Amino acid sequence: MSHAIDIDLHREGPGGLETEEMTLNMGPQHPSTHGVLRFVVKADGEVMRRAIPDIGYLHRSIEKIAEKVGYHGFMPYTDRVDYVSAMQCNQGWAMACEKLAGIEVPRRGEYCRVIASEFGRIASHLISVGATGMDMGAITPFTHAIREREYINDILEELCGARLTFNYMRIGGCAWDLPPGFAKRAIAYLDRFEPLIDEYDELISFNKIYVERLANVAPITPERAISWNLVGPNLRGSGVRYDVRRDVPYSAYPEFEFDVPVGTGERGTLGDCYDRYMVRMREIRQSCRILRQALEGIPAGPVVAKVPRTFKPAPGAVHVRVEASRGDMGWFAVSDGTAFPVRVHIRTGSYAAMAAIEELSKGLMIADLVAVIASLDIVAPEVDR
Amino acid sequence: MSLINTVPETVVTTKVDDLLNWSRKSSVWYMLFGLACCGIEMMQTGGPRSDLDRFGAVPRATPRVSDLIIVSGTLTLKMALRTKLLYEQMPEPRYSISMGSCANCGGLFQLAYSVCDGVDKVIPIDVYVPGCPPRPEALTEGLLKLQAKIQQERWLVRKPDGAAAA
Amino acid sequence: MDADGIHRALREKFAGAVDPDWVAGEWPIVTVGSASVAEVCRLLRDEPALGFDCLSNLSGVDRKDDDRIEVWYHLLSYRHRHQVALRTTTPRLDPVLPTVSHLWPIANWLERECWDLLGVRFVDHPDLRRLLMPEDWVGHPLRKDFVEPDEYHGISTRRESLLKL
Repeated sequence: MSHAIDIDLHREGPGGLETEEMTLNMGPQHPSTHGVLRFVVKADGEVMRRAIPDIGYLHRSIEKIAEKVGYHGFMPYTDRVDYVSAMQCNQGWAMACEKLAGIEVPRRGEYCRVIASEFGRIASHLISVGATGMDMGAITPFTHAIREREYINDILEELCGARLTFNYMRIGGCAWDLPPGFAKRAIAYLDRFEPLIDEYDELISFNKIYVERLANVAPITPERAISWNLVGPNLRGSGVRYDVRRDVPYSAYPEFEFDVPVGTGERGTLGDCYDRYMVRMREIRQSCRILRQALEGIPAGPVVAKVPRTFKPAPGAVHVRVEASRGDMGWFAVSDGTAFPVRVHIRTGSYAAMAAIEELSKGLMIADLVAVIASLDIVAPEVDR
Repeated sequence: MSLINTVPETVVTTKVDDLLNWSRKSSVWYMLFGLACCGIEMMQTGGPRSDLDRFGAVPRATPRVSDLIIVSGTLTLKMALRTKLLYEQMPEPRYSISMGSCANCGGLFQLAYSVCDGVDKVIPIDVYVPGCPPRPEALTEGLLKLQAKIQQERWLVRKPDGAAAA
Repeated sequence: MDADGIHRALREKFAGAVDPDWVAGEWPIVTVGSASVAEVCRLLRDEPALGFDCLSNLSGVDRKDDDRIEVWYHLLSYRHRHQVALRTTTPRLDPVLPTVSHLWPIANWLERECWDLLGVRFVDHPDLRRLLMPEDWVGHPLRKDFVEPDEYHGISTRRESLLKL
């Protein structure tokens, strides 16, 4: 049973009360952690006809800057493409450059990349589930999530010196090796963290109010999810078992065992907001699994390959995909043999999710719009770049 | 150690301005204006480890009830016009902190065509907090500097031209 | 289906529009004439053996030296797990391409972005207006000869350096 309601503009209500369509503005500043996004909501009372997204409030012309700073110099900017999980963006750009120039990353470097990316994924999903809770009105899960994210920030700060915008990876590998004792401390953290996921589930995932606000809201069928180009947990929440780490394997992922959780409509319809939320909770556990395997089995060796200081790859165009926290992030890079790329285009998961909201919002309540934005895990920098 | 029944009836003397400013600076409510990466660090600063609430700073959703706007993140030209509107909606006395390199001067996005190089082009700023993003400790220090600034303001006794601040 | 099969299927139906050569790789690159992009994409989506149900990326590249704008379509098939990249070029002075937004809904925004940043006009697009830049912005920023304006609504875009050298 979907929450969508059929509405008729200018209908005559009981007692001869005529209703009219209102145009409301939501954003760009609003108490939600998803960033500067604006919606022009055309609503009939509480029920929406359409929610038209208006984006570009965080358009920082990152793609044009790539043409000015060169390949090596672009790495710090990739952090800002999705600052909530910046390691995977670093990896995407590094992989695109390596593909252009045919560079192979040493095995230890690949393992370091996987460790960094998976910690970034856990941190990003923590923000996502915390923000979903906060948007539903529950402040406590957000505080828990921020507390756990602080510990991950500490671990990543040990690795590369920064808490949020890491700039850890380089073309050809990683900037620095794991510090001594890192594996032991990271595994100690995972031992402490995994039981807390159960506590989190008890706190919110099975909470009646939370389930009722998310279940059956905006279900997306697998076919629609694919045609809208939804990726990552949004796609997997609709039942499509596709994960770039598993299906188009890259880096050291073929060496690890992990499951790909999909939504099953357990509390409502397949592909509703609750499915997408649960996929993220389950992915946190799978990331812990990958991290344990990586930290225990990391081989010895160098972490970065030899790459010339002035990076001039052969002319060509590559399109590389990495499984970022918000889904399959496509990095399209075109080079013409000089030290500056001709074009860099980043196709992110939140971009398609934002584009899908206009269709999804028809017939939903305004309160459900917040649930939809939260469950699609949209962050403004990915949409605007 | 309790003071109950140990000291005689006590009177505290202070200046009215000092008392007013002390109560005002201990309750600076900031508007949630997280634009970009610094916004995440602002959230972490309000989080459990480095708690902004112990200074009395609580996040508020609307400008109408906030004293402080922490501009955290890159200000694009499209957003700059809205920022001015939001700042003008805040009731006086109002303060502003520019958090992070992008808000201070454009940061690493000075090469961009769509970025406003610094939020002080649209609104007046009281405290600049450098960093990319600033650590929670840095933002806390920025707030403490703002508190020091608030403590020095004068309301009851003003300069002849009517200016309030010292 | 392998890349050769995809290319052969395209050449069968659109011999004039599809280049005889294609480039191998993870994303096989097929060059298509700009006027027939929409029909080629329709075949790629609707033919059961091809079944490209997802438009993964649509990027424009400003080739100022060749006086062309190159547009790349990266197509993905979840059903058959194969992928292909289409490349098409259009003159830089007045770039026009047919829209594919009726085939894949995500193309609506991708084409709007291409229009906004590069100036490529998509014929029959339902709503071709700026996406990322403000409505009253002048110029297409990702072009190589784009000149930044000095000010926007009274806000200057220049900042004096604090370093007095």
